[in-house]
Amino acid sequence: MSNLKKIASASLRWSWLALLVLFAFGYLVSGLSEQARRGKRRSSADSESRPIANAVHGETRGSVEQIDEDWNRSLTSLGLERADSANWLAVCRRLSLALVGNGLSLEEIRVLEQLEEPQRERVHLENLLGDPRFHHYWAERWSRFLVGTDGGQFILYRRRRFRIWLAEVFAVNERYDRLVRELLTAEGLGTDKPQVNFLTATFDSNDGSADPIRLAARTSRVFLGLRIDCLQCHNDFLGNVNLGDADNPREGLQTDFHQLAAFFTSAKTSGLQGVRNGEVDYSYKYLDEEQETDVEASVPFLPELLPENGEPRQRLATWVTHPRNQQAARAAVSHVWALMFGRPMGDAVDNLPLDEPCHPMLNTLAEDFVSHGFNLRRLIRVIAASQAFRVDSRAEFEITPEHEHAFAVFPLVRLRPEQVAGSIIQAARIKKTDRDSSLFLQLITLTGANDFVTQYGDIGEDEFNSDSITITQRLLMMNGNLLGDLVDFNPLLNTSAHVGMFARDSSHVVETVYLCALNRYPTTVEKQHFVSRIDCTENSSEAIEDLLWVLLNSSELAWNH
Amino acid sequence: MAILDQSNSSRLCDVQSHLSRRTLLGAGAGGLMMSAIARRLAWADDQGVTDPARPKSVILLWLEGGPSQLETFDPHPGGVYGGDTATIGTSVKGLDIADLLPRTAEQMHLASLVRSVTSKEGDHERAVYNIKTGYRPDPTLKHPSLGAVLCHADQAGADIPRHISIVPGNSPGRGGYLGAAYDAFKIYDPARPVPDIRRSVAEARFDQRVTDLYDVVESEFRRGRLKQVEKTRTLHQTATNAALNMMSSEQLDAFDVSVEPEEVLESFGDTAFGRGALAASRLIEVGARCVEVTLGGWDSHLTNHSLQSSACEKLDPALAALLKRLEERDLLDSTLVVCGGEFGRTPGINPAEGRDHWPHGFSTLLAGCGIRKGAVHGATAANPKLNSDDPLADIVDPVTVADLHATVLTSLGVDYQEELETPVGRPMKRCEGKPIQSILDA
Repeated sequence: MSNLKKIASASLRWSWLALLVLFAFGYLVSGLSEQARRGKRRSSADSESRPIANAVHGETRGSVEQIDEDWNRSLTSLGLERADSANWLAVCRRLSLALVGNGLSLEEIRVLEQLEEPQRERVHLENLLGDPRFHHYWAERWSRFLVGTDGGQFILYRRRRFRIWLAEVFAVNERYDRLVRELLTAEGLGTDKPQVNFLTATFDSNDGSADPIRLAARTSRVFLGLRIDCLQCHNDFLGNVNLGDADNPREGLQTDFHQLAAFFTSAKTSGLQGVRNGEVDYSYKYLDEEQETDVEASVPFLPELLPENGEPRQRLATWVTHPRNQQAARAAVSHVWALMFGRPMGDAVDNLPLDEPCHPMLNTLAEDFVSHGFNLRRLIRVIAASQAFRVDSRAEFEITPEHEHAFAVFPLVRLRPEQVAGSIIQAARIKKTDRDSSLFLQLITLTGANDFVTQYGDIGEDEFNSDSITITQRLLMMNGNLLGDLVDFNPLLNTSAHVGMFARDSSHVVETVYLCALNRYPTTVEKQHFVSRIDCTENSSEAIEDLLWVLLNSSELAWNH
Repeated sequence: MAILDQSNSSRLCDVQSHLSRRTLLGAGAGGLMMSAIARRLAWADDQGVTDPARPKSVILLWLEGGPSQLETFDPHPGGVYGGDTATIGTSVKGLDIADLLPRTAEQMHLASLVRSVTSKEGDHERAVYNIKTGYRPDPTLKHPSLGAVLCHADQAGADIPRHISIVPGNSPGRGGYLGAAYDAFKIYDPARPVPDIRRSVAEARFDQRVTDLYDVVESEFRRGRLKQVEKTRTLHQTATNAALNMMSSEQLDAFDVSVEPEEVLESFGDTAFGRGALAASRLIEVGARCVEVTLGGWDSHLTNHSLQSSACEKLDPALAALLKRLEERDLLDSTLVVCGGEFGRTPGINPAEGRDHWPHGFSTLLAGCGIRKGAVHGATAANPKLNSDDPLADIVDPVTVADLHATVLTSLGVDYQEELETPVGRPMKRCEGKPIQSILDA
C-alpha cells in the first residue's frame, strides 16, 4: 500500500513538472508573451499590416513609360544603339529565373501559347507572383541579403524560421517599409518572432548579444545602399565615403559608423524573453584617442528625419523608412532590380554613393516605389514591363560591355548554382515542379538539387557574383549523377522518355526538347541537325538523351540572356 | 551537314587527342602498361630526387573542430590543467610533445612548432574563416583562403586542379574575392574514384555529344551576342576543354593511392585522412599547389582525453609518414606542411571532462620550404592565471593568425604585403601580419 502511495505521489509530482514544462513551452512558442500581445495590438491598429491588393496592370503604365523615357534618354546621351525587344519566350524565361529560380516548364509554355501573344508576358508574371515558388525563392534570396548564409549561434539563431517568415511576407505582399521596421525593431525570441533572427544572426560574434558593429554594416548596406564599413576603423581619408547632405556632402567619419551602431546596443538579451528594448549603451575608443567615449545614437545623413523621441531602434526604423529618405528607397529598388536582372544597375547592389549621380531609372523607380506605398509587387511589375528588361540580348550591331552596362541590350548573366539546378530539374520534367508535384518527385528534386548546389559551389551571400564557370562545375554537368539521372530515358519521370513516346515525329521531338531545356524553338540549322541525328540512328531514345544532354550542358542554359 | 563543315576542327582535334591519349596510355590495360605519372613516381622513388626548379607548394593538414594543444604539441603534464596526457621525447633534444603522437615525435627534427598562436575568434565558423584566410569574417567581403592566394600568385599550371581539398569537411578552401576559379577542387576518400571524372556513356558517344555541343549549340549561342562572348565573359568552352583535359590526363593517376605498396599505405594509416595525406604528396609531385586534407573529431567538449586520443591515432601515422616521405623524396624543400586547427582548447577541464574552445594560445606545426628544423616559437604557461581581462598574459611571444599567414606566404615565396584589388576596387593586402622570423631559415 505504501508503495502505491509513493508511486501516486511521484506521479503527481512528475505530472506537475510536465504540466509546468508544457506551459513554459507553449508560452514561448505560441506568441503569448507580452511582446507578442504588444505586436498584435500594433498590427491590428496599423492599416499598413493588411496585404496590399494586387495592382491592376494598367496602373503601372505611366510609371513604365517614365522608366522607358529615362532609358531612351540615357542611351541617346551615351550615343548607344539599342537592341530590339526580345521575343516573349525569352522575357518569360527571365521572369521565371528571377522570380522562381528556374526556367519555364513545357506545361507553362503550352498554356501561355493558348493566349494572344501580347498577353503572355503579363499573364506569366501574374502567375509567378501568386506562385508559392516565388515566395519561397525570394525568401531565400532575401535571407542571404539580410542575414547571410552562416549557421550562426546554435539555438538562438534560426535561419530557416526566418526564411519561412519571409516567404509569408512575400506571399501577402507586405509593404516594404513595414518589413524593414519589423526587422530593425524586432523583440522577443527567434522561434516566436522570426524577424528577431535578423539580430540573433550576429550573436555569435558578440558573446550572445546583438553585435552593433555587424548590424551597422548590414544596415548601411542593405537598407541604405551605402558601404561605410571602412569607417568602423578610421575616418575616410580616401574620399570613398561621403555623407551628410546629399547636396553638400562631407567626408565620412568614424563617428558616423559608430553612431549608427549605437542604435543596436538598445537590443538587450533577456534570457528566455529573448531580445528586449533597452537604453543605448555604447562606448568606443576612436582612432588616435586615448580613452573610450560614450557614443550617442545618430544617423549618417538627413538627421532632420530622425525622430527626437521614442525607442532607439524605433527611431532608426522610422528614419530608414521615411518617405523623404530617398537613399533608402533607392537601396530597396537597387536590390529588386538586381534580383530581376541577376546583376545590379550600377557597379554594386549596395554601393550607391550619396554624392554620385545614379541612373535616372533608379531615381524614377525609387520615387514611384515610395509614392505607391512601398509595394514590392508593383515595383516588380514596373521593372518587368520596362524596355530595359524586355530588350534582346542579341543585336545586329556589335555589342560591347558598354551596351550591357547601359542596358542597351539585356546583359548576359551567369545563373546562380540553385538556378542551374532548378533549370536542369525543370527541363527534365514536362510539368511544373512545385509543391503540388508528387511527394516522390519533390523528394528527389530537393535532395538532388541540394547535393548539386553543394558540389557546384554555393556562392553564399555574394549574391551577384558573376564568376566564370569552373572545371568542377563542368565535370559535374557532364558526368554528374543528377544530370545523368535527369537525361536518362525514364518513362516514369523524364522529359526524354515522354517526348520520345508521345511526340509526332523527330521534328516534334527536337522542338519539344528545346522548349523544355532552353525555353525556345530550335533554329532551322539546329532542327535539321538533331532530326538527322535521331533519324539516322537505330536507337532513337539514346539520340534524344544525347540531345537533352547537349542542351543542358550549353552556355545558353547556364546564362540568363 | 553544312554546320559540321564549319566546325573548328583544330580545337576538336585537341580535345579528342586528349580523349584518346588515356586509352593509349593504358586505362583498362590491367596494369601491363605503366602510365607516365606512375613511371615518374617510380623513377623519383629510385633516385630520391625531383625537379630542382619545382614551384613551392603547401599541404595543409586541417584539424577541424579545435585540436587540444595540451593533447598534441604543447602538453603540460602534472600541472593544474595538464589532464591525463603524458609527454614523450622527440627527435629534437629538449622538445617534448604529447605521448599521443609517438611517430610524429620521431619526425620533429623536420618541423617547427608555434605554440603561441592567438586569435579573437572562439566560434567554429568564424575561427575557421579566420585561420583559413588570415582575416576575421567581414560581412562585406569574402577573403580567399591560403590555397587560393598561392594559386593566384603563381599561375603555373597542371591538367588537374591546383587547389584541392581532400575529405573537405565543412570548410574547403574558397577563392573568395579572387573568384570561384580558385575554389578548391573537392574529392573524398582517395579509396574512391575522383567524383564526376568518368564518362557515363561510351567514349564515342560522349565525343559525339561534345561535338554537337560545340558545333551546333554553342555556335548558335554566340551569334549576335556580346563581342568575344566566350573569351571575355562565359569561358564556357575554355572550362569544358580544361575539364576534358583533366578527364584524360595522366596526372589523374596521382589521385589513386591504391597503386602504392602495401607498406606505404599502412604507414599512413588505414583511414581516409591517411590516404588523403598520401594522395596529397602524390598530387604535389604532379603540379598541385595546395592540397588540404581534413581530419575531424577534435571538438571535445565532452570526454576530452578520449576524443583527442582517438583523433591523434589518425593524425599521428599520417603526419609522420608524410614528413618522412617528403624528406625521402627530396620534396620537403619545396613543400610546406602546415598542421593545425581553428583554435585550441581551454586549459580548464569542464564538469563533463571536456575542454572548450580556446583561442588564447594554441599550437600549429610547420615543416619544410624554408621553415627551420626543430625550432619552437612561443610558449604557454603550465599553470596559467587565466585572467579574462588579459588572456595573453599567460603566453610567451604571442603571434596572431595573420602572423601565421605571413610566415606561410613568406615560406612559399609569396609577397605577403602585396596589395590585391577586390572586384569593387578595394585595395586589400594578401596578409596583414608579420612573419615569425624565429622559425624561418636565415
